[in-house]
Amino acid sequence: MTTDVQLSSLYQQVILDHYRKPKNKGDLEEATATVFMENPVCGDEIRLQVRIEGDEIVEARFVGSGCSISQASISMLTQVLKGKKLDEAALLANRFTEMMHGDETAARDRSLKDLRALQGVSKFPVRIKCALLGFDALKEVLDRSRSEE
Amino acid sequence: MNPPLEPTTPTAKRSPALDPYALRGDFPALHQEVNGHPLAYLDNAATTQKPEAVLEALLRYYREDNANVHRGIHELSRRATEAYEGSRARIAEWIGAEGPEEVVWTRGTTEAINLVAASWGGSNLSEGDEILLTEMEHHSNIVPWQLIAERTGARLRYVELDEEGRLRLDQLPELLTERTKLMAVSHVSNALGTINPVPEIARLVHERGALLLVDGAQGAAHHPVDVKALGCDFYAFSGHKLMGPTGIGALWGREELLDAMPPYQGGGEMIRVVKPDMSTWAALPHKFEAGTPNIAGAVAMRVAVDYLDRIGPEAVLEHEQSLVGYALERLREIPGIRLYGPPDPEERSGVVSFSLQDAHPHDVATILDTEGVAIRAGHHCAQLVMRRYQVSATTRASFYLYNTREEVDRLMDGLDAVQSIFGSTGTQ
Repeated sequence: MTTDVQLSSLYQQVILDHYRKPKNKGDLEEATATVFMENPVCGDEIRLQVRIEGDEIVEARFVGSGCSISQASISMLTQVLKGKKLDEAALLANRFTEMMHGDETAARDRSLKDLRALQGVSKFPVRIKCALLGFDALKEVLDRSRSEE
Repeated sequence: MNPPLEPTTPTAKRSPALDPYALRGDFPALHQEVNGHPLAYLDNAATTQKPEAVLEALLRYYREDNANVHRGIHELSRRATEAYEGSRARIAEWIGAEGPEEVVWTRGTTEAINLVAASWGGSNLSEGDEILLTEMEHHSNIVPWQLIAERTGARLRYVELDEEGRLRLDQLPELLTERTKLMAVSHVSNALGTINPVPEIARLVHERGALLLVDGAQGAAHHPVDVKALGCDFYAFSGHKLMGPTGIGALWGREELLDAMPPYQGGGEMIRVVKPDMSTWAALPHKFEAGTPNIAGAVAMRVAVDYLDRIGPEAVLEHEQSLVGYALERLREIPGIRLYGPPDPEERSGVVSFSLQDAHPHDVATILDTEGVAIRAGHHCAQLVMRRYQVSATTRASFYLYNTREEVDRLMDGLDAVQSIFGSTGTQ
């Protein structure tokens, strides 16, 4: 059963802020990887662009449209990605996925920064895929850079 | 103070003949709490709830009569066959068919359309022929035609929608050509609620010598259906949209058309004689019914049709239009709302589709769900409609005979909650 408390934890102010005024939104010049992901069931879409130098993500930007959860999640993700090593980014994606599946210790991981505000999504199983859409794009970026090595 | 409502306003001039509060007692699923609130089920275009009588019919069939049809000599098989064929005869009578041989049981509307596309299309379409569809169609009335077009080299053309969700019928004279072999159109739009003028379309299509298939998934449940008066050649519909079980539906087709069509699937039941290298086919409608059918579903669908018929499809439509009129009136109060479909409730059945300025449909659906209000958010399997209006998704509330004005008020209260979270001027 969902409650009003769960609803207010789902739609925290920081999430609404990212939804209304997304960070790092727009095209990335000189991107080294571009991944487009969509959720055909609901029509949410995201294009994540990153510039990787050596084994470091030096820049990340996105364009997209969709619900508050999918768009806030990718906005927060691009903030966290900047300056991360590839293996750190992979770790981050795993932590976030664990948090979505209800792992409380993952939710306390400070490296997730604003993304921790999305913990409430784990109580709304049908919305988890919204929060993970940007991370699906990130995993694709990481897979590609691994296969290029 | 507001002036009194003029008696000509759509919501004031009707006094619904049916009492939804009384009917609700027949539907067990409606009497439950969801997330701490009484359920307001406003997703009837997706599927409808089932009355006790339908549930009983399913159970009674399996408890007392369960046997395979048309095979056994024994008593149970006789009873099952009688119930199954009796149900077919009842459906045929209900839609005004010439006889039961014109009614083919299918899994639902989708399978019925696939049957016509594969069987009729496979033997009648060739390179350069045209099939006319509309932008309003559900994917189930687009994709089967794409598949057969690819196989035969036929071409698909589309009637466009106007700003208010009506078909651009003015385009028909130009789009219907000598190459047009068939037009397929929905009776009622699942995404917009628009009721299409099928008799008028049928006349134009037949003038060109083409055939007309009507996707009645949203039609038969909400609208009186008489295939003769509609003037179509095929009519496809589903049981679950009209309070019957899922997995059962029917295709009606004119006898001479069905007769000339090759089988859709092969198997038991649909044959007369099977030899090592060839077989002959059973007579209509069994030619199209390979394998053991959904007997219980067919039997229970008849009970749903009886239930609907007792209330009267006209009264159901009137009730839905009254709710739509009320909902539209209240939705128009929301600043920045975008409403889809014809503004006049008389042109539509029980569907309202809208988008809010600040909140995405999925967020709307989540918040409404926490209030116990079930609606649909998404593209409603009508991506061409979404593309036409340049949205990726809409919020859709769809009503049926058991819905009340109180439930529309619950929807509006839920939208207030959405506004207070997402509204740009809302509370922070």
